[in-house]
Amino acid sequence: MSAVLDPHGHGHDHGHGDHAHHAPSGWRRWVYATNHKDIGTMYLLFAFTMLMVGGVLALGIRAELFQPGLQFVNPELFNQFTTMHGLIMVFGAIMPAFVGFANWMVPLQIGAPDMAFARMNNLSFWLLIPAALMLVGSFFMPGGAPAAGWTLYAPLTLQMGPSMDAGIFAMHILGASSIMGSINIVVTILNMRAPGMTLMKMPLFAWTWLITAYLLIAVMPVLAGAITMTLTDRHFGTAFFNPAGGGDPVMYQHIFWFFGHPEVYIMILPAFGIVSAVVPAFARKRLFGYTSMVYATASIAILSFIVWAHHMFTTGMPVTGQLFFMYATMLIAVPTGVKVFNWIATMWRGSMTFETPMLWAVGFIFVFTMGGFTGLILAMAPIDIQLQDTYYVVAHFHYVLVAGSLFGMFAGFYFWSPKWCGVMYNETRGKIHFWSSLVFFNITFFPMHFLGLAGMPRRYADYPMQFADFNMLASVGAFGFGLSQVYFFVLVALPVMRGQGEKAAQKPWEGAEGLEWEIPSPAPFHTFETPPKLDASATRIVG
Amino acid sequence: MPHLSSLCRHVAQASLLLGAGLATSAAVAVNNLPGGPAVNQLDLHPPVTKIAAEQQWLHYYIMALCVVIFVAVFGVMFYSIFKHRKSKGAKSANFHESVAVEIAWTVVPFVIVIAMALPATKVVVAMKDTTNADLTIKATGYQWKWGYDYMKGEGEGIGFLSTLDVTHREMSDSGKPAATDDYLLKVDNPLVVPVDKKIRIVLTANDVIHAFMVPAFGIKQDAMPGFVRDTWFRAEKTGDFYGQCAELCGKEHAYMPIHVKVLSAPDYAKWVDGQKKAMAASADDPAKQWQLDELVARGEKVYADNCAACHQASGMGAGPIKALVASPVVLDADKTKQIATLLNGAANGAMPAWKQLSDTELAAVITYTKNSWTNKTGQLVQPAEVVAARK
Repeated sequence: MSAVLDPHGHGHDHGHGDHAHHAPSGWRRWVYATNHKDIGTMYLLFAFTMLMVGGVLALGIRAELFQPGLQFVNPELFNQFTTMHGLIMVFGAIMPAFVGFANWMVPLQIGAPDMAFARMNNLSFWLLIPAALMLVGSFFMPGGAPAAGWTLYAPLTLQMGPSMDAGIFAMHILGASSIMGSINIVVTILNMRAPGMTLMKMPLFAWTWLITAYLLIAVMPVLAGAITMTLTDRHFGTAFFNPAGGGDPVMYQHIFWFFGHPEVYIMILPAFGIVSAVVPAFARKRLFGYTSMVYATASIAILSFIVWAHHMFTTGMPVTGQLFFMYATMLIAVPTGVKVFNWIATMWRGSMTFETPMLWAVGFIFVFTMGGFTGLILAMAPIDIQLQDTYYVVAHFHYVLVAGSLFGMFAGFYFWSPKWCGVMYNETRGKIHFWSSLVFFNITFFPMHFLGLAGMPRRYADYPMQFADFNMLASVGAFGFGLSQVYFFVLVALPVMRGQGEKAAQKPWEGAEGLEWEIPSPAPFHTFETPPKLDASATRIVG
Repeated sequence: MPHLSSLCRHVAQASLLLGAGLATSAAVAVNNLPGGPAVNQLDLHPPVTKIAAEQQWLHYYIMALCVVIFVAVFGVMFYSIFKHRKSKGAKSANFHESVAVEIAWTVVPFVIVIAMALPATKVVVAMKDTTNADLTIKATGYQWKWGYDYMKGEGEGIGFLSTLDVTHREMSDSGKPAATDDYLLKVDNPLVVPVDKKIRIVLTANDVIHAFMVPAFGIKQDAMPGFVRDTWFRAEKTGDFYGQCAELCGKEHAYMPIHVKVLSAPDYAKWVDGQKKAMAASADDPAKQWQLDELVARGEKVYADNCAACHQASGMGAGPIKALVASPVVLDADKTKQIATLLNGAANGAMPAWKQLSDTELAAVITYTKNSWTNKTGQLVQPAEVVAARK
């Protein structure tokens, strides 16, 4: 039976004293949820729903760009699609999905009974719903959804209709939710580790999330400030960014990217953590260079605060500014390289098998690194002058966000879903999902490098005819990629959630290590109610 | 280094063939546009300035380094993936750290990064040196066109707007644009500059942020409303070069191309001369009293060039854009209301200010809207009234 969809109470045979609680059942179980596993499940389902919504918008964009000329949407609606695709994917899909992973796995990995603040956990999930409704609902407001790009650059935002205010409000709520989630994760990790689980014995997923949570707490208020100033510029006659009143539109960009650059690491660090769990498990060999992995993650996080203006090389920065941000950005390649080398050293002379989680992890390393290389190229200010705001940038950040974050999440899903649901996913279908996603992903985004080099600007509803072939290819790939994710949901995720499939062993992966594999599959509703006694490596429960 | 770039060119050519084979051919009859994009172009534009050439060289250099690293790193990974498999009887080793190795693969990438940064630094410094220009031109981004004013140097005083060819916008809307080599890149008045002269482009914008990009020159610079930024180029070849707006600026973002015509010195002098004469001839006397029909005829042209993109040729608007047909502001007997709207904009800038148009053009277009479609007010706005309202 599945721990995910079945009502509470089935975990009776685990002797953890579930019967002592009278946890609500039916809809109350979810609305009043305080259990980290239930909340994690809801986060993941919410994120997948938003992934589909954002995906439909992406397909709207690709359908319009299939051929030159406007066939399906007008340019105004096209801009709404690109804007909302970005906002929904970043704030609705990727960030909540990782919080879902954290909710499920952090307490299990550190031997904690639940998250530190169970009711705040409930609130931070349920805040997402009105925010998402408001964001998606903005399409039906007068003038349509915000169309100023996901970066919401002033002063274009000042021209937007009322939906801009709805969007700003939604972002405020999503930000509040993220901050609460982050505080919860920090407090849980710092205070609720089982005795013997020292920080430097903690699984890397918990480490990357600890660092990510600090990043979130540091930068979400900065975004809130930027969009609040936009709001007051729009309605209360201030002129922070409005040049008509002496405001500075470039100031908006500085503030936004001070949030925005750490944000991209917020979206990738937890994926690093997942891959660092999956690769050793299937190489049957301990993670190489654990300590340097932790330090590399921390270095990336710290450097992420001093590179923001590499998004702004074309705004007309002084020479020294361009040089500083170019050097700082290129420095990030060093700790990121260390991570990739460590993963490969973990594989080296291992005893590898390639079940679906490992395929996703290796796919992640391979394709994410390509995104890393284009990142290095874009970091070079003189080349960036050519490529800024072209499809090259679009290709780059989809290589790190789709092939990076999303592939990392799929690795995590296939790796941990046996623990969540108590059944094994269908291996053949998992492999079909992986290979079709990998192939279609590259068909979609690889040609965009060429479009960018040739100078096709991004956010264009129509384009010169010389760009037609690559656009057509990308559109075909996009539809294939979208269908692959529907396939995943219908034929992999749903059956697993319904408990269909081979029963999962307590530790279905031969080489996996960690406390999550010390409890039965599916994980009982309550785990580690009394702190477990750990062995010296803090990966096994003794006694 | 020429070896390196020629090697890269060969690689690019080989992959061009591969790419052409893979890609389906949608736009059959389209040819390369010299100075603009080539069909299925795989590389940066052929450079026409030193800076663009440096950028291209840097790109080849970094690409080559990346390819070497890529092959080395993933060579090791895939070797391991094929050799160290459980199914091949591989037993996992026990090592999980090595300080020496870890220091090595921190220091080596650091050195590589420095090797990448050094040549880039030189180019950054060169790019930002906008001093000692032979000709200074102010480019102003408008929603959605470019305005060019020759500020200093040969041609000083010339100024005009540059708009996408109307037929191209219509082709786009039709959904079935005919195969056109300069589709969405053709403008009414290209920016004209002399060859081998240092041209400084001073940028600003009237409404939102735009970006002035000409890939063949290796320049891209945001145009900021309320601020002035600059960039420069020295074109080494005559010919036509194309670019597009590169910063999201609203709904017609894709429809404000940049066309730079580079002329030889004598041709440029001839162009300046012709331009000055034409300006003198066509300069409207704002004191002139116009007849209704000639003002409406003039206004129709102004409307098609500036207003129809949003308000439509039918005057019906679309979505949030207000209809002019039966609009209370247009029909109002108090003409100053409409004049003020055009001069200052409305709806938070969704209707931009049009004060860059001449008094005669504004008077003409207002008169046109007051006397077209079903609007039959018979009202006539003279340029003098616009002059008065400007104060």
